Amino acid sequence: MTKTPHLLKGSMRYDAGPAETGPDRALRHGDVQASAGRTVEGPAGRKPRKALSRRNILIYGTLILVCLYYLLPLYVMIVTSLKGMPEIRLGNIFAPPVEVTFQPWVKAWAEACTGLNCDGLSRGFFNSVKILIPSVILSIAIASVNGYALANWRFKGSETFFTILIVGAFIPYQVMIYPIVIMLREVGLYGSLTGLVIVHTIFGMPILTLLFRNYFASVPQELFKAARVDGAGFWAIYFQIMVPMSLPIFVVAMILQVTGIWNDFLFGVIYTKPDLYPMTVQLNNIVNSTQGVKEYNVNMAATILTGLVPLTIYFISGKLFVRGIAAGAVKG
Amino acid sequence: MEPSISIKNLALSFGSLDVLKDLNLDVGQGEFLVLLGSSGCGKSTLLNCIAGLLDVTGGQIFIGGRNVTWEEPSKRGIGMVFQSYALYPQMTVAGNLSFGLKNAGLPKAEIEERVNRAAKILQIEPLLARKPAALSGGQRQRAAIGRALVRDADVFLFDEPLSNLDAKLRADLRVEIKQLHQKLSNTMIYVTHDQIEAMTLADRIAIMRGGRILQLDSPNEIYNRPANKYVAEFIGSPTMNFFEGELLESGNSYAFKTGNHTFALNGYAFQNGPPAGGDVWFGIRPEHMVSGAEAENASVRLDGQVDLVEPLGSDTLARVTTGERTIWVRMDGQANIRHGDAIKVGFDPARANLFDKTTENRL
Repeated sequence: MTKTPHLLKGSMRYDAGPAETGPDRALRHGDVQASAGRTVEGPAGRKPRKALSRRNILIYGTLILVCLYYLLPLYVMIVTSLKGMPEIRLGNIFAPPVEVTFQPWVKAWAEACTGLNCDGLSRGFFNSVKILIPSVILSIAIASVNGYALANWRFKGSETFFTILIVGAFIPYQVMIYPIVIMLREVGLYGSLTGLVIVHTIFGMPILTLLFRNYFASVPQELFKAARVDGAGFWAIYFQIMVPMSLPIFVVAMILQVTGIWNDFLFGVIYTKPDLYPMTVQLNNIVNSTQGVKEYNVNMAATILTGLVPLTIYFISGKLFVRGIAAGAVKG
Repeated sequence: MEPSISIKNLALSFGSLDVLKDLNLDVGQGEFLVLLGSSGCGKSTLLNCIAGLLDVTGGQIFIGGRNVTWEEPSKRGIGMVFQSYALYPQMTVAGNLSFGLKNAGLPKAEIEERVNRAAKILQIEPLLARKPAALSGGQRQRAAIGRALVRDADVFLFDEPLSNLDAKLRADLRVEIKQLHQKLSNTMIYVTHDQIEAMTLADRIAIMRGGRILQLDSPNEIYNRPANKYVAEFIGSPTMNFFEGELLESGNSYAFKTGNHTFALNGYAFQNGPPAGGDVWFGIRPEHMVSGAEAENASVRLDGQVDLVEPLGSDTLARVTTGERTIWVRMDGQANIRHGDAIKVGFDPARANLFDKTTENRL
């Protein structure tokens, strides 16, 4: 039931006239109270909305169209990867498989040949995992401490340091490739996974530091001050106050790094050697091999397999991403 | 007795910006001192310096007779309460209270005992297992006070602790803070921009402006005998009525002349002995204005017209126009006036405040 007084005609009339007598006034107040319970003719309550309005059709129509546009290639890939070669040669790329076969997937994972070794993508997968895990952990650990120090412990020259770091993000990779090759060779890490991990950690530093610095800068300064009054030092504040309330930004950083490092091709091909190639490089070698027939189904399966890791990360961390951990720290 | 906190020639600048300049302040043992001022006056900065959260540029700070100028905040024997509560969101209330004690390496049994005692004083025992997000604003601020309390500090620092609360809660917690002070009798320094908090809580108020303390006195003294025009304007709501005019001296008696009006200043106590005449500001508080029948007997009377009425229930504020001047008058809450009424107002010049026109200091 509505009780909006402004809809009641006359009930809010402002009377600026000369002095009124007591009883008169009381009478009018009585009127208002009596009429306050009734709904008068005209719009009342919740504003009605049409489900099938022109606006909705436009919005949902566009969304469905865009979805189809994005999903079509994926559909083609999945369908093709489940077909046998004779069926593919018929040429109907949109047709669902008549005879579903998982042989292309098995071949892509375990049997496809690149160069001399014929153990499929599995080798590349494990190489990529061996690159990914240390790179992600190392780069996030260093960058978060960097960001925390830059945001909360302003030291002399901290602004300069930060500027240099950010400028580093804008230098094109191509410029640095060869110098890094030389440096890695000099320390004896060229062609090893350790070398590649170091390269990934360094190249992730500017953007991650920026990310963490901005996040920690948005944490109320008073929280940091309170912790200092409570006698917590640099590491105690970092581990006990800052990290526990920064889960969302750690998840963001993890997503960035996992997709970035997993999808990396350039550094993988330059800084490692053939039996240490990451999955992306090996995928390329399988798909672009010039000998024999092109096995489209195997190529499709291999591509999907390679893309599976970032995809999984998105699905798992989506929820964490949204959760606001800092709620309640400040007035809310 | 030795002062609890002693600040000597304190200076702080950020680059070329001087926030605090050569500031001296002594706070007595168990005293409740309020730092009052509008935003940007340096009051929070001063508090942060005392807490050790800002490095001073010059001068010294003593707490309990110990030079703590270069000490870490946790080593100064202070507890601090912040405006935004600053509770650690991922810890329970008990965790928040015990965090500092754990860092200090106290034995478990003692931590528990102290937390329970503080919770009892603040009546937050049922909330100990909750996280800050599950508390209301008032409960959060109580927990924040608890965090300062468990430290058993000699000095409590409050940085606008009630500013984020709604009016009702603010009044309640204000009373609680006052009771807490009466019970614990610790030294407390309290920063606020709210003059009501300052007047009600303080043993002494320090009014700050531009990094300097303009007046440091009891609330009563600050209200009745403001040291300069800024203080007079800052304290009191609505603000003091000011007239520009001239102080006339004839023998031992003084008169004030403004426009065509001249009236004798009978009973006004000059701050520094009888001054020479000259240009002055004449100030009188709205609550020292009288109207109606009382105005007939007042030594200075004015005729005017009511031009705005603000009924507050307990009082009624009226803006009165006399000639080209407007005067705020506080009268009884039940006063029957409306705008347009002709009104007679008056006052006793003994309750007035005179300030030199150029220095703006009290005469």
